[in-house]
Amino acid sequence: MTPMNSEQRSSVQRGAAQPGASQPGADRLSQTVDMAGATSTRHNRRSATGWILLPAIAVLLVFFFYPLAIIVWRSFTEPAIGLDNYTALFTDGVSVTVLLRTLRTALIVGVATLLIAYPYAYAMTRVSRRMRAVLTVLVLLPFWTSVMARNFAWYLLEQRGGLIDRFFSAIGIDGVVLLGSVTGVTVAMVQVMLPFMVLPLYSTMSTIDLRLMDAATSLGASRPKSFARIYAPLSLPGVVSGFSLVFIVTLGFFITPALLGSPQQSLVSQVIETRVGDLLDFPGAGALGTVLLVVTLVVLFAVSRVARPATALNQAVDRA
Amino acid sequence: MPSTKQNMGWGLRLWVLAVAVLLLAPTLVVIPMSLGAGQTFEFPPKEWSLRWYEEFFSSPQWMDSVITSVQAALLTGVLATVIGVAAAIGLDRGRFPGREMLRSAMMAPMIVPGIVVAIAIYATFLRWHLNGTLLGFVLAHTVLAVPFVITSVSASLAGYDRTVEVAAASLGASGWTIVRRITLPLLAPGIASGFVFAFVTSFDEVVIALFLQTPDIRTLPVQMYDSITLEIDPTIAAASSLIVVVTTAALLLPQLIRRRRSDA
Repeated sequence: MTPMNSEQRSSVQRGAAQPGASQPGADRLSQTVDMAGATSTRHNRRSATGWILLPAIAVLLVFFFYPLAIIVWRSFTEPAIGLDNYTALFTDGVSVTVLLRTLRTALIVGVATLLIAYPYAYAMTRVSRRMRAVLTVLVLLPFWTSVMARNFAWYLLEQRGGLIDRFFSAIGIDGVVLLGSVTGVTVAMVQVMLPFMVLPLYSTMSTIDLRLMDAATSLGASRPKSFARIYAPLSLPGVVSGFSLVFIVTLGFFITPALLGSPQQSLVSQVIETRVGDLLDFPGAGALGTVLLVVTLVVLFAVSRVARPATALNQAVDRA
Repeated sequence: MPSTKQNMGWGLRLWVLAVAVLLLAPTLVVIPMSLGAGQTFEFPPKEWSLRWYEEFFSSPQWMDSVITSVQAALLTGVLATVIGVAAAIGLDRGRFPGREMLRSAMMAPMIVPGIVVAIAIYATFLRWHLNGTLLGFVLAHTVLAVPFVITSVSASLAGYDRTVEVAAASLGASGWTIVRRITLPLLAPGIASGFVFAFVTSFDEVVIALFLQTPDIRTLPVQMYDSITLEIDPTIAAASSLIVVVTTAALLLPQLIRRRRSDA
């Protein structure tokens, strides 16, 4: 590893040889290091970097991209080469209905979580530090709690004679059994997805300078107007991140529909699971999966200028 | 600073309270359920007992699933952390064309719909005879966990001052010594949070594990899933309650410790 040493030493010297630089700070120096790396020992550096990236590339290629490619490939080639599995989606009388139902559900869940989470995330930016810590923990608790435990809880709440049923009976509406319906799935999904919306929203909102709103009102704008013209646009990246994240995750979510939904009103993930689990119909399931994948990629591409949903969420959790 | 607190109207306060209840309360129903005595999921239970906790800790089926899950999560945590830390450093320091594309490709497991990843891995692992093995769970979960580790460590790298490394090198430290004594310790918070992410990703994962399970080996979430869909086994209430309590403690303890320290 001597080449790296001498290279870095030389860059230190170079950095020191620039007394005119007003800020010989970290950025400048590390930039110099990079430049030195790029010029003097380019080969050495590149091979070191390549080696360090290899395990991740290998694992993802073999255990993620290859299986994914195979399942897509099989949807075009089995039982015969062509689009049979895809035309079947339009002619079997079920798949289109299921796909549309899934898209509608994901849309409703996205909008509902946004409406519920937006004021909460906004409040998080306005309270005292201690209160903010409390509100953050309230979001992180469900985020880190087992998905199975949370869905089991919803199973208990939505079943016949469960708390929701009892509540509506008590106010005179009998037979509100959400279990086994798309409504039941939607209600539970909204609660399960709520942290995925709050965290990206808060992440963006915490960077908004609230004095801008005060400035607007002091210049004569009404509070609703200053919100609409200043706060809402500034919070937009968080809205887009949160919405697309919740939408995408909901599209391919299996556990909630499987536990709380019904085969009669199934969502795409249930149909895919049935085709693979019961019928071993990988090509047919693969076709549905490919459609789901394409929808996801379209959504991500559409928002890519404004937001990177997955990364935004992870970073928000990290910071919290 | 503007007077922020007075500006919060009662409407907003009530909304926040309602959302807080919505976030927290539904999950808590598993706790009274776990203390019931009945054979069904009838809620609230008519009689109370600890029998489901006893069942949870004495049933080989449940205990085996816990052991499998802990093993898979630990191994996934270690494997994904090693791979992910290396990749994050490589992505941060490498100067090569297509670097951003590579980064996006490595994030892909986060955004591909869960059910699609599950059937793809299932189909391939069937051929490779990896279904029903601990290694199968670990490899599948590692794929899902690596992006989380990369993001966590990348966040740490963004605030990383490389002049320290330069200083160490100028004092004669070798490359490996720098990595061991400077780079990794400075990245420790990011690495730790990456490990936690990876551990939980594996421990909590249901869908892939559902496909890869065999009667001989299943993870805890799969055992829970089966106990609702196949068996109506209230032991799941005890398992859920324990998970809720452990998760809550794990989240709150560091907060409380930090507060006590800052009060002192």
